[in-house]
Amino acid sequence: MSHAIEADNLVKVFKGKREVRALDGVSFAVEEGTVFGLLGPNGSGKTTAVRVLTTILRPDSGHARVLGHDVQKKAGLVRTLIGLAGQYAAVDENLTGRENLQMVGNLNHLEKAFVAQRARELLAQFDLTDAGDRPLKTYSGGMRRRLDLAAALVARPTVLFLDEPTTGLDPQSRNDLWEVIEQLVEGGTTVLLTTQYLEEADRLASTLAVIDHGRVIAEGTPASMKADLGATILEVGLSSVEDAQRTGALLDALGPHAALVSGTLVEVTVDNGPQAAMIGLRALDGEHITPTTFNLREPSLDDVFLSLTGHRTEQEETDDEGGDGESKRRRRRRQAEQALPVVTGELS
Amino acid sequence: MTTAITAPTISGAPHSTGVAGKVRWMVSDTLTLTRRNLLALTRIPEALFFATIQPIMFVLLFRYVFGGAIKVPGGLPYVDYLMPGIFVQTVAFGAVSTSIGLAEDLQKGLIERFRALPMSRGAVLTGRTSADTVRNVFVVIIMTIVGLLVGFRPTTSVVSYIAALGLILLFAYALSWGFAVIGLSAPNSETAQVMSFPLLFPLTFVSAAFVPVQSMPSWLQGFATYQPVSVTVSACRALMVGSGVTGQSTWFWVSRSLFWSVLFLIVLIPLAIHRYRTRI
Repeated sequence: MSHAIEADNLVKVFKGKREVRALDGVSFAVEEGTVFGLLGPNGSGKTTAVRVLTTILRPDSGHARVLGHDVQKKAGLVRTLIGLAGQYAAVDENLTGRENLQMVGNLNHLEKAFVAQRARELLAQFDLTDAGDRPLKTYSGGMRRRLDLAAALVARPTVLFLDEPTTGLDPQSRNDLWEVIEQLVEGGTTVLLTTQYLEEADRLASTLAVIDHGRVIAEGTPASMKADLGATILEVGLSSVEDAQRTGALLDALGPHAALVSGTLVEVTVDNGPQAAMIGLRALDGEHITPTTFNLREPSLDDVFLSLTGHRTEQEETDDEGGDGESKRRRRRRQAEQALPVVTGELS
Repeated sequence: MTTAITAPTISGAPHSTGVAGKVRWMVSDTLTLTRRNLLALTRIPEALFFATIQPIMFVLLFRYVFGGAIKVPGGLPYVDYLMPGIFVQTVAFGAVSTSIGLAEDLQKGLIERFRALPMSRGAVLTGRTSADTVRNVFVVIIMTIVGLLVGFRPTTSVVSYIAALGLILLFAYALSWGFAVIGLSAPNSETAQVMSFPLLFPLTFVSAAFVPVQSMPSWLQGFATYQPVSVTVSACRALMVGSGVTGQSTWFWVSRSLFWSVLFLIVLIPLAIHRYRTRI
């Protein structure tokens, strides 16, 4: 048995004022002992898929198996094999960390002595020993999320479902949580992870499925997805929108896809980075355009998502509603971090 | 991390099989969640304090403010007429916490976690309603003390008084299943609370709890006499201070109160479990 999780043509329609096809024929398979990333914006069907796979929700049609057991016919058995941690940190505010873990242990019908020992172990593993006997009301967001994950691990599940485990966490807490997840996978746990953070999927997942409007629109390794897009992205920042549009026209010919102009930023996918950079700079110089930034970077999963769906991830869109400039700055900063250092050398 | 080790389970089997196993899990899960809900209660002492203050204020209000203007047939002191009504009103209002608690668990994603655990399906509901019953035991004890302090003097026997408290607790338990349905239907805990009161007000105030039904317009008297809260109040009144003031025999009221409680349980338990299963 090599597949820990199998989804086979899952369909789930929510009927209401507006009918929503949350899952519209979703299929994928997760190999045992690997991390599978389900990537998509809000409302794409990620959470619904997790709910079906964790026996919480019945699909309208299709089948799902966890370790070979049908999640509908053998729901009771499947529940003993899985752990679920979600974006809401589903823990009881009024109980202490230890009490929360013990409650989950008791509801798994584990022996009392084992539960007590396991709670101790997990509190230590998640660096919560000192806070273990304090009510959760006193915990920070990162601590809650760690406890939520610990609660999912009480019964030593072999398959772990993490629904946006780091949404809303600060970078440090996110990094801590990533390390814990990596440790679990080293120990042989199979993980299905949903995320809207492309960086997270890139770091943790060995296989990815991109999901949008209830359908899997791409599947593969993070590397193969990026390779499909092109080797390198040339990103040029300009001082005005007009300059950006002129630059876009100039750089169109550099790569297989047309250059993408958004505001004062121009992006073009190229095969040979340094060569494209030289041609590009010469072309700009010829038109007397001076860029404010000039970067070569590896394609991010954000670029993958954009090329697949025609829109950026929800995170960006939501931010855009709030404040246009702010989100672009943030995105540019993130992209700048991923920029290849060699480029700076070329420019100076 | 070692992962190959399977955690030992109480039953020795990875999942419950057979009726006996299911019942054992149901009981153990209910106890786990009852304990959790009661622990939560002790962690918010303010909530407990104000939950106790409210019925005491009702006692003082009716005993000392409105009471003088209310004439009870047969010359029974108003405080003796009032207290059985206050008992039932207090537990009925308290049942709102069942709906708030469940709505909160839904909102915070706890129910989702529970549904992915190999636990008994109904235990979330039985754990909640059991904890509310335990809380009501304390409520009726406190209200007994408060009643005695303001001059309430039960005239029947201790056994009869305890039987009245038992009837109140059963009625409250039946009601809490109704409020469980509301809690599972509400989008959030605030709405659950708001949804509960339009039901509670007519039931507790258009009743025999605070004023004699004979003082109401005749078209209202039928409902006010035989609706579930009223028959339970009358049954308690008969069991606590004698059936004279209630116009019928003790058994007349007790049987009707039992009828309503059992009917509620038969209808509301399956309804609440259905709501629980289909919610999300």
